[in-house]
Amino acid sequence: MISDLFTATVLIGIISSGIRLATPYLFASIGEMFGQRSGVLNLGVEGQMLLGAFTAYYIVLRTGNLFLAILGAIAVGALMGLAMGFVTIQLQATQGIAGIGFYLFGMGMSNLLFEKLIGVVENINGFPAVKIPLLGDIPVIGEIFFQQNLLVYLAFLLVPIAWFVLNKTTLGLKIRAVGENPAAADSLGVSVVRVRYFTVILGGILSSIAGASLSVALLNVFQQNMTAGQGFIAVALVYFGSWRPFGILAGALLFSMVNALQLWIQVLGIPIPSELAVMMPYILTILVLTLSLSKGKGPSALTKAFEREG
Amino acid sequence: MKNLFKLISILLIAVLVVAGCTPAAPKTEEPVAVDETLRIAIVTPSNISDLAFSQSISDAMKVLKSEMGDKLEYVYSENMFVVDDAAAAIRDYAQKGYDIVIAHGSQYGSSVQEIAPDFPETVFAWGTTVDTFGQPNIFAYEAASDQGGFVNGVMAGLLTETKVIGVVGPIETGDAKLYIDGFVAGVHSVDPSIDVRVTYIGSFSDVALASEAATTHLSAGADVLTGSAQMVIGAIGKAQEAGAYWFGTQADQTSFAPDTVVASQVYHWEVILREIIALRNEGVLGGQTFSANLKNGGQVISINQGLDLPQNVLDMANTTIQGIIDGTITVQ
Repeated sequence: MISDLFTATVLIGIISSGIRLATPYLFASIGEMFGQRSGVLNLGVEGQMLLGAFTAYYIVLRTGNLFLAILGAIAVGALMGLAMGFVTIQLQATQGIAGIGFYLFGMGMSNLLFEKLIGVVENINGFPAVKIPLLGDIPVIGEIFFQQNLLVYLAFLLVPIAWFVLNKTTLGLKIRAVGENPAAADSLGVSVVRVRYFTVILGGILSSIAGASLSVALLNVFQQNMTAGQGFIAVALVYFGSWRPFGILAGALLFSMVNALQLWIQVLGIPIPSELAVMMPYILTILVLTLSLSKGKGPSALTKAFEREG
Repeated sequence: MKNLFKLISILLIAVLVVAGCTPAAPKTEEPVAVDETLRIAIVTPSNISDLAFSQSISDAMKVLKSEMGDKLEYVYSENMFVVDDAAAAIRDYAQKGYDIVIAHGSQYGSSVQEIAPDFPETVFAWGTTVDTFGQPNIFAYEAASDQGGFVNGVMAGLLTETKVIGVVGPIETGDAKLYIDGFVAGVHSVDPSIDVRVTYIGSFSDVALASEAATTHLSAGADVLTGSAQMVIGAIGKAQEAGAYWFGTQADQTSFAPDTVVASQVYHWEVILREIIALRNEGVLGGQTFSANLKNGGQVISINQGLDLPQNVLDMANTTIQGIIDGTITVQ
């Protein structure tokens, strides 16, 4: 039975499922990474995802316009990020607690809006799969990588872009400086407050798009609490990836593909209890996290509010 | 000044937390206490329009309301997936003097067990389960969802051409397991060689994983799918894209994908609730267990009339339903 796993259908299935499952994680985790690299931990990702998912879904349901839906999700995410920034950067509230507050707010608000504005679960026409010319025709590889929808491509493009911004631009340098030693950055004329606002708003936007990628691209439906904890996994993946974009990519793919693998294990009837199968991605993630803990050290100023001395 | 900011931020967070919790609050005005008016409160784990478990009890209340009119008032707290919140709501409703408090979720058992003795005048109805904890004021109700599962399975077995059928389940327990076991038995009663593959995704709400589970079944050759709980909307969408058939349970899912859903097992809890109300009028406040099944009409197979199904499938479905009702067919 185990040998059934090593057929082309299964391998293609696992990789393409994994890529789809990883998409929301990539958006949300990369956004969260920018926040954390500047010293702000945002535990409200799940709430931002839910509100983004709802907003995009609602706009498509009413107007059918996918472009507008993404713009809407960006606006809502930016507002959520701004609010998170105001509470944690301006008012210097404890980041963890504030994040939980925003999570509950986003969940409650998306529930309420869904109930008041829609009420019944409905299908929509979301982002269609786009086959990239030539590349999409390559056997196997084309099917896996180049016949996905636009948001999937964007999520994967985001990884090298985030790496470039973080490591090769002045902005990235400022973000890292603010996260490691805000006082020093401040004395050199970098506005800690402004940089942190930027990263937290960016994080809000990307989380919101992560939610939208579920509701208008991958699933084309909205249901209350549909993210089912993915926002928290996204935060964990930032630690998993040691605050680096390619580390996050590896973590998101590993988690998602093991999840896809356990589905195949169940479908092929390999005799493993389903409870054990669904635990696999989590167990593996914890294992890798434990083993890699030595090398990953977070930004020094993470969760610390900044206040000028004197 | 810094302390003031801290104070404001704490207040702001408190407001946000409260705002986050509000949708769970009762949805209707406090009813006026009139003696003849029956007051019922319901607590559900998910949204009452989830096309699944929570919607089934809400639909039943709508039926009762249309029958009883002013003689019935009801309120509900939905999305109570946190059991502690549900327990608070259950106690709150009992305290406010509701005549019947319905805890619509098997996870609420220990809460009902703890709260019921404090309110001996209040009727508590808890489902889906068979356990009344020996309390004189707890009614238990459940659905024989293996019966509807069996009927769905028979139809699925006749419709599959690839001889592979996929099942997307939540967690291997309770109503979902009962339905799925019945479904598998139904398929095998038609043709034991059909390969029914069951996946449990470990969640009632993870729409994305349910969707991938469906995709996995489809790429493994399944042409008919079914599944239980509210996250299956992700799976129905994939069945629709692939042109496969879908069988639903807990509520009529035809409206969601009219060209894909063949039949849904629908619960009619009003059949049970009518009995509970009648017993309460006679002064019996609990201690009994009810089962919604095909025979008492607590369970109905709703076949999608919009699909052009082969006559033998429809005939076989009816024969099976009749057989289960008169006892000539026993599930499993």
